[in-house]
Amino acid sequence: MALGLRLEKTQKSPQLTLAGEILTLDLCGGAWLEAHRTLIVSDLHLEKGSAFAARSGQFLPPYDTAETLACLHELVVRLDPACVVALGDSFHDARGPERMAPGDRAMIAALQEGRDWVWIAGNHDAAVSEGVGGRYAEVLSLGGLTLRHEPLPGAPEGEVAGHLHPCGKVAMRGRAVRRRCFVTDGKRLVMPAFGAYTGGLNVRDTAFEALFPAGFTAHLLGDGRIFAIGRTMLAKD
Amino acid sequence: MAPTGAGKTLAGFLPSLVSLAGGERRGKGLHTLYVSPLKALAVDIARNLEMPVAEMGLPVRIETRTGDTPSHKRTRQVSRPPDILLTTPEQLALLIAHREAEALFAGLRCLILDELHALVTSKRGDLLSLAVARLHRLSPGLTAIGLSATVREPDELRKYLVPQTPALPPPSAREGGPRSESGEGSDVSGEGAPFSRPSLTRGPPSPAEGGGIPPSPPMADLVVVQGGARPDLAMLEIDATLPLSGHTAWQSMPAIYDLILAHRMVLVFVNTRLQAEYTFQELWRINEASLPIALHHGSLDATQRRRVEAAMAAGQLRAIVCTATLDLGIDWGDVDLVVNIGAPKGASRIMQRIGRANHRMDEPSKAVLVPGNRFEMLECRAALDAVEEAAQDTPDARIGAPDVLAQHVLGMACAGGFEPVAFYEEIVSAAPYAGLSWEEFEQVVDYVATGGYALRAYERFAKILRGADGVWRVRDARVAQQYRMNVGTIIEAPRVKVRLARTLRGRPGTVVPRTGRVLGEVEEDFAETLTPGDTFLFAGEVLRFEGLAEDELMATRAGPGTDPAIPSYAGSKFPLSTFLAARVRALIADPFEWDRLPEQVSRYLLQQRRRSVLPGERDLLVETFPRANRHYLTAFPFEGRLAHQTLGMLLTRRLERAGLRPLGFAANDYGIAVWTTRDVSERAALDPGFLDALFAQDMLGDDLEAWLDESAMMKRTFRQCAVIAGLIERRYPGQKKTGRQVTVSTDLIYDVLRKHQPDHLLLRAARQDAATGLLDVRRLGVMLERIQGRIIHRALDRVSPLSVSVMLEIGRERVYGEGADEILAEAEAQLLEEALG
Repeated sequence: MALGLRLEKTQKSPQLTLAGEILTLDLCGGAWLEAHRTLIVSDLHLEKGSAFAARSGQFLPPYDTAETLACLHELVVRLDPACVVALGDSFHDARGPERMAPGDRAMIAALQEGRDWVWIAGNHDAAVSEGVGGRYAEVLSLGGLTLRHEPLPGAPEGEVAGHLHPCGKVAMRGRAVRRRCFVTDGKRLVMPAFGAYTGGLNVRDTAFEALFPAGFTAHLLGDGRIFAIGRTMLAKD
Repeated sequence: MAPTGAGKTLAGFLPSLVSLAGGERRGKGLHTLYVSPLKALAVDIARNLEMPVAEMGLPVRIETRTGDTPSHKRTRQVSRPPDILLTTPEQLALLIAHREAEALFAGLRCLILDELHALVTSKRGDLLSLAVARLHRLSPGLTAIGLSATVREPDELRKYLVPQTPALPPPSAREGGPRSESGEGSDVSGEGAPFSRPSLTRGPPSPAEGGGIPPSPPMADLVVVQGGARPDLAMLEIDATLPLSGHTAWQSMPAIYDLILAHRMVLVFVNTRLQAEYTFQELWRINEASLPIALHHGSLDATQRRRVEAAMAAGQLRAIVCTATLDLGIDWGDVDLVVNIGAPKGASRIMQRIGRANHRMDEPSKAVLVPGNRFEMLECRAALDAVEEAAQDTPDARIGAPDVLAQHVLGMACAGGFEPVAFYEEIVSAAPYAGLSWEEFEQVVDYVATGGYALRAYERFAKILRGADGVWRVRDARVAQQYRMNVGTIIEAPRVKVRLARTLRGRPGTVVPRTGRVLGEVEEDFAETLTPGDTFLFAGEVLRFEGLAEDELMATRAGPGTDPAIPSYAGSKFPLSTFLAARVRALIADPFEWDRLPEQVSRYLLQQRRRSVLPGERDLLVETFPRANRHYLTAFPFEGRLAHQTLGMLLTRRLERAGLRPLGFAANDYGIAVWTTRDVSERAALDPGFLDALFAQDMLGDDLEAWLDESAMMKRTFRQCAVIAGLIERRYPGQKKTGRQVTVSTDLIYDVLRKHQPDHLLLRAARQDAATGLLDVRRLGVMLERIQGRIIHRALDRVSPLSVSVMLEIGRERVYGEGADEILAEAEAQLLEEALG
């Protein structure tokens, strides 16, 4: 019991050291670099709902952008970062910014005020149009870290990437729990997708094997805290 | 309305045959449309109809239209329709959405809805009611005939058949007065009796027409066929003491086998597929005479089922173990005995099943009820009494679901468009939608057009558009195609095959995919929860889950003596009907009734009375007692498992707030058990009002809302509404899961919608379903009202005989409070162990 309580305290926002940099993993799905006062979020997939409406006539609730930005706002207010890095696929498609509601656009502007804001290019939004503020980069170096959208097999230590939307599944006693997660082996970190409508790829998928040949720990976003779960306890889909 | 075997189906066609016999209508298009809930039934009826028509040499063309009808034939059926077309509700929905629908149905004279009692209780009935309203409009002289087994409220069916509003003034109908207000119809018995010609009757004008006083709603004429021989019905009594829980009735298998030996053909009904598999296996295990015994349930593939049906019709089988798939009226064979295993659950249901035996009115249907446990004996007794009195407990009439209406609105936009005012009047002429307000209608149209969101984000993508002439039409062919792919209200849970896999001897734990035989299918949701090494019961065996391979569930046989670790979908699918529940309570309450019960049951009740107390008919018995370092609270509302599960969730929340630290609960059809860390008896002694407050009606307030919104059941209900309303596309069986970018999980949609637009149409639809469906909230409300001030509490020092029955459910169910985080914490602890060890 005592152990459980201590865990709860320390694990609420677990810390990782990656290439000498300390990252705090947040329950909302962001990573916080206190030393650089930098917040990293990945795969926002803004305007995913409207992309579905435009492409396939499926009218998903058009509140995903507002919901995603509200979560981001909560983080920004709490941490007051000097810099926010959106690790690619910030918009679900290249025309996402055009479809965005004025209120959401204003929200982004408000979030950017007084801080540096970097949109890393993703595969969905490689050519993000103008009008959403901030600056663009293919890759960003921050201290010992390299921030890019798509993880590169064999990249040197210190890569922080997104793209894969990692999810971990734990099945026990007739119940299965599937949650977004951070995945790390102490050398690289794959971030969970932050967007409200982003699904997930099971970390037991082969895509993760190439990145973590020596195994990994998944940090699953629970309801009240983050849980560090070993590969052996994670179920395949 | 007629008992099974009265020949009502063919009688329904008589007016059509009479009118078609002259031949003057030849080539004038569709005359009669017949709709059946089952594809197989439509095909079967067509066969039965063709014979007499051919024998009499009538110039009548009869065809069926089902999902199996080839497309060239479908096209031809529209351009050159038969005189009589037999089809299903889904196919009818597609037909009325056809561009040629107006021409096709303009001359329709007669609409026959078979097994109407079975159709109207579901969303399929809502969909069909809207189609019927459309047909009445396309063909104002139309006569609708409903064929039904005996039901509790025939008036509801009578309203279903005729327009409920003045929207339609068919001149022919003006003549008919409100003939049937008393609810009595012309009684017809036996052969040669006059067949009252059904006609569209209308009540006095409604207030909208300036009538003033509330009118009695328009209703179709009622023809009741009385009589039929009394069923020969009994409860199977065997020389063994039955357990207090469990539904398998394994003790009775030899006796059932003897019954099969003594009859020509026996239908063995069970309540779940799992039970069907189990019973089938058990009967074959003791099948020394190698009797041809077959299996028929919804998880089997269609060809297999067709084979069984054919063998049955040919009289080649001695017994068929089946689920509700054979509930409805197909005459496949000369069945001379029906055996019903497990609880009957409802009086009307059991009567319809009994009617499967001996499909002739003048001979008694013979049936045997086989209880699986001592409570089911009580239920069987109550059902026997109900059948004796011909009491009915069919469900209440439905309020039309908004998601079904959304589907229909899109369909009618495809059909050539709708003018809103006339269309609204047409919709409210359908009985289930008679209460729909104009605002609700507009919301549905808005939903169909652009999703119905307060944030007007999708205006330029609108699926239906209002033209300058005021008519709403579908945007383009792609949307119409989407509609056709999505039509219908039956959402099958995706399933995966269960295959018995071979393990590699050299490498334990490695299985070879696609080697062993397929045992059947389980729901994907269930397969998702398994992890390698888990054991579960399937097809009467304990299996070990080895993994998923190529979308199949690989399993091996677990060693003998292994207990299944994972509870599978074991309980009864149907909740105990309110009516039977009340009868069971009355039986228990009245010791003078006990001599009609098997002795083991009366002895059991006597023990309960000695150790604790037996509740009165309207009382709620609550017992509290300690056991193995825990404290238990049990209660016996007898309101069915679904209502009890909801009750359990709500009680645990309240006990939590009262500081009693509930740890879990279990429920069955009769009662619930909650276990806590702290002593409930002590609390009740200190605070005499405690239990009354615990079961107070306000339980259904905020707690319910909060829990409902989070519950997995609610999310599942939402998903079904979202598919029916076309928000997300239907997944077809066998269709592979699509990649992560193509679909968005309905759970995510649900969460976002709930937060940003809690009054959205689909959330309202899901809540409406929850009230009666999976969560049975309405029934819980009625129960809480009933027991106000009638709680009988006994603080005991040990578990009572009655409580044992529900305690036996513990471990078979998921445990409350085990939220996602508890599961994750346990998995995390393992990592820590690895690290430390």
